[in-house]
Amino acid sequence: MTAADRSRVVVIGVGNEFRRDDGIGPEVLMRLREHLATGPDAAAETTVRLVCSDGEPASMIEAWTGASLAVVVDAVVADPPSPGRLHRFAIGRDDASGAQAVSSHGLGLRDAIGLAAALGRMPEHLVVHAVEAGDVGHGVGLTPPVLAAAATLTGAVLREVRAALGQSRERPR
Amino acid sequence: MTHRSDRTLAAAGLARVEGEGAMYVRVGDGRVEEVRLDIYEPPRFFEAFLAGRSYTEPPDITARICGICPVAYQTSACQAIEEACGVSLPGPLADLRRLLYCGEWISSHALHVYMLHAPDFLGYPGAIELARDHREIVERGLSLRRAANALMEVVGGRSVHPVNVRIGGFYRAPSAADLAPLAGQLRQALDLAVDTVRWVAGFDFPDFTCDHELLALRQPGRYPIERGTLVSSGGLAFPAAEFEQHVIEEQVPHSTALHARLAGRDRSYLTGPLARYTLNSQWLPSAAAAAAREAGLGPGCRNPFQSIVVRAVEIVCAVEEALRLIDGYQEPASSFVAAVPRAATGHGVSEAPRGVLYHRYELDQDGIVRSARIVPPTSQNQAAIAGDLRGFVQDRLDLDDEPLTRACEQAIRNYDPCISCATHFLTVHVDRA
Repeated sequence: MTAADRSRVVVIGVGNEFRRDDGIGPEVLMRLREHLATGPDAAAETTVRLVCSDGEPASMIEAWTGASLAVVVDAVVADPPSPGRLHRFAIGRDDASGAQAVSSHGLGLRDAIGLAAALGRMPEHLVVHAVEAGDVGHGVGLTPPVLAAAATLTGAVLREVRAALGQSRERPR
Repeated sequence: MTHRSDRTLAAAGLARVEGEGAMYVRVGDGRVEEVRLDIYEPPRFFEAFLAGRSYTEPPDITARICGICPVAYQTSACQAIEEACGVSLPGPLADLRRLLYCGEWISSHALHVYMLHAPDFLGYPGAIELARDHREIVERGLSLRRAANALMEVVGGRSVHPVNVRIGGFYRAPSAADLAPLAGQLRQALDLAVDTVRWVAGFDFPDFTCDHELLALRQPGRYPIERGTLVSSGGLAFPAAEFEQHVIEEQVPHSTALHARLAGRDRSYLTGPLARYTLNSQWLPSAAAAAAREAGLGPGCRNPFQSIVVRAVEIVCAVEEALRLIDGYQEPASSFVAAVPRAATGHGVSEAPRGVLYHRYELDQDGIVRSARIVPPTSQNQAAIAGDLRGFVQDRLDLDDEPLTRACEQAIRNYDPCISCATHFLTVHVDRA
């Protein structure tokens, strides 16, 4: 990966912190911002874009267009639920049109992927980290199992970023 | 099944952050007996959540109510609290506030026109299918949003939930050099916006006229965006402070949202693009006025299906206004005026992309919010939408359930992007009497 490529890594945190566990995306973004500003990966701060999103497709497409790696962090509603359970989906340019990503947002990630594929605006690599939500009702604060998953998830996203920046030999699979 | 005299169309919406909705239509003996639009909206939660908070917090907190129009919530909140504190913004800061709001209008309207509404007119199930066949058209919509987002990032700090807005102005005022690059992008956007009007003006529109009383802001000499007094097509004229005397909210059993009506009136009222345009078209800037004329719009528009044309004209208006404001921008001496709290109540109104958005805050002498009231355009328009659906369905009872439901969804999309989004996910159940 060249220096120019490094500026093409973007992490998109999707969600609304006033809808309880839907705030996991912004929460992970905040943790990443703190880590990249002060932690051992501080050098990566200038090469990784952190984007907060409400999940609206056009904004997501604008955020990841031209990216070599886009990591999306979002909450999902599962039935039956297992709050805090983590999922990882990797979606390449060539298989985006058949992707079935999930999202807690009415018009969201799945539409963004479909629209980006139709417009030829998929990133080279798209990785979705999703957390099963326990409560997406009105209110602030993550439920305990989702809050407990935030640290694990932040670490997983960091590994994706490091791999893309060439600081690790292997991208997680 | 066609030509049945008794039928029920019920559509339940999927949760959505900005707004949630469902539709229910019952037909008996060949007549529409009942139309209900059930909206579950978040502002009531925020009203309770704001109580006990500092007077400085509502702009940031209420911006989270809607991902599509955070600037509208920030602006109405700021105006209400500034009124309570007895301060008003000097010209340059007021201009910056209008400039930021222009960005939101462009972004929100472009989203609705290109992603949500246009596919209805062109026979596509959604924007993805439209993009597969007409990539350049969808890219034009995204280019408009890109220009809008650039504007909101420079003035608002970021495009989603702007962080640079504070009571009394902004945390940091952009320099003229910050704004200069935006002008070039917006000049290109102006051409794209005019092309958008020409494109949507060529759609086929159902013959449909609504006779609701229209309610919008008026800002004499300017098309109303970020402030103004309220006027109606029925002759009402009142300031924001009298909003709750004229707009009465009532609980209805099928919805968590309050339904609004105008006091003393026996017909519903409508706020939003049609109302704004009909009550203020004489103050459109020149390019927007020319685009409206070329599109065949008269001085008023009462066909909700043509709201897509009005929104496109308002994109031109917002781009034109943004260019004017950038051209005349003078960096303010201070990025904000100090607002010292006092025990008082303030009221604020602005024109969110979907219509009039009202906020009221009661502060104590320490600047703590004692009570808050938020009346979004969604709840104001519910009765009008349901009324239009009743007439619309009655005229189309010969359609099968599936095309009739699709037509109803399209009719709902005429009014509100949040409900529009939810209706993309509706499932329909038909009960045969």
